Amino acid sequence: MTINWFRYSSPASFYPIAGRLIPWFFSAAALLMLAGLYISFFVAPTDAQQGEAYRIIFIHVPAAWMSMFIYIVMAAWAGIGLAFNTRLSSMVASALAPTGAMMTFIALWTGSLWGKPMWGTWWVWDARLTSELILLFLYFGFMSLQAAIDDPRRADKAGAVIALVGVINVPIIYFSVKWWNTLHQGASVSLMQSPTMAKPMLIGMLVMALAFWMYSIAAMLMRLRAIIIERERNSDWVKALKERQS
Amino acid sequence: MNDLSLTAALWTVGSRDLLAAMRHRADLLTTLIFFALVASLFPLGVGSETALLRLMGPGVVWVAALLASMLALTRLFASDYGDGTLEQLALSPHPLTLLVLAKIGAHWLASGLPLVIIAPLLGLQFDLNADAQLVLLASLLLGTPTLSLIGAVGAALTLGVRGGGALLSLLVLPLYVPVLIFGAGAVEASAAGLGAGAHLSLLGALLLVALVFAPWATAVSVRIAVE
Repeated sequence: MTINWFRYSSPASFYPIAGRLIPWFFSAAALLMLAGLYISFFVAPTDAQQGEAYRIIFIHVPAAWMSMFIYIVMAAWAGIGLAFNTRLSSMVASALAPTGAMMTFIALWTGSLWGKPMWGTWWVWDARLTSELILLFLYFGFMSLQAAIDDPRRADKAGAVIALVGVINVPIIYFSVKWWNTLHQGASVSLMQSPTMAKPMLIGMLVMALAFWMYSIAAMLMRLRAIIIERERNSDWVKALKERQS
Repeated sequence: MNDLSLTAALWTVGSRDLLAAMRHRADLLTTLIFFALVASLFPLGVGSETALLRLMGPGVVWVAALLASMLALTRLFASDYGDGTLEQLALSPHPLTLLVLAKIGAHWLASGLPLVIIAPLLGLQFDLNADAQLVLLASLLLGTPTLSLIGAVGAALTLGVRGGGALLSLLVLPLYVPVLIFGAGAVEASAAGLGAGAHLSLLGALLLVALVFAPWATAVSVRIAVE
């Protein structure tokens, strides 16, 4: 049996599927979040140097991962939308941006809460903090540009260009800021080396990251449904949907 | 109508923009005065202690150059967009990427190069010594074309868009960060006796990367704007 994947690239046929997927992703997010929070508060040991305050990393690190990951995914979907002129991919990109910006903000906020007891200051001009802040501005730029353009197709394409330019720039910005100033502790989790932290800590963090991931997908799908309805409001299938609901 | 060769077309586009810039000399002067004004505000804000100013000088001059060159960006495409010239350029048989590059080059000659030339004057205000002045000049010479190239993408994207000016700064300023870091860093490194070579090489690398990607992205953006 072959599945015609292109069928799902039409907003009209993706809309009901998205509706059916949302509860699954939300419940997965809730379950994982419960498990992750349990591990982070009751299973993971107290850190030898940082005491209990380190536990903020169970929110901070997954949020920081997601903030960067979502930007790349967003730019990829926007690029696909620009290259193949597929409306749904551009809509996915627009639906991802607010979630990504929120993750960036959470990462900055929790980082600052963690920095106060550790470094004794809310904010330092450290490489990672600074590049995360610039990432937040890149998200804002993408969203403001799309909001300022009335024609949705032009907004999609303009957004795609700035997202792609941003994606080329993110590593350049990261390294330039890194060479400029570094105070942040090195990454504790890397794919190349064995992690330098206790196993329950690592598991807690990974479970939380998965929870954030599921939440992001669910939030993106909800926003996507709203965007689809808004853009297709004059089409026949949306009118039929309205009639069926009333 | 006779066909124009590519080089002739590029020359025509570039020299026309330069001529137009010369006819609107007041606009160029405004950018320069803005540059000098911003830099002069800093000592008023933080105090006139010479040691402090010497430390801040390179960074302040660079930030002022960043803002001034961003301010000039709105002139890059706006009038051509308004009177339809940009549409004709997009329709021409020559690659739009190169035509756009010619426009960016002319724009830099008219608004970026003057900034570089008067920068030493501002350096004097901050009591930079001759070596630092020389490095500042070199870093601006390598850095400002990159600013024009990156900024062109933003300028093309915000054509005919609501709230263009503020939006342009939001789009472009985060992308200017690496240029600022290496530009101001070059002067600071040479002042610290480390030599500015590494920073200047990185600025040159940024310029080359921008030369490859920015005209192409600008051309795509121009097409999005005029279609």
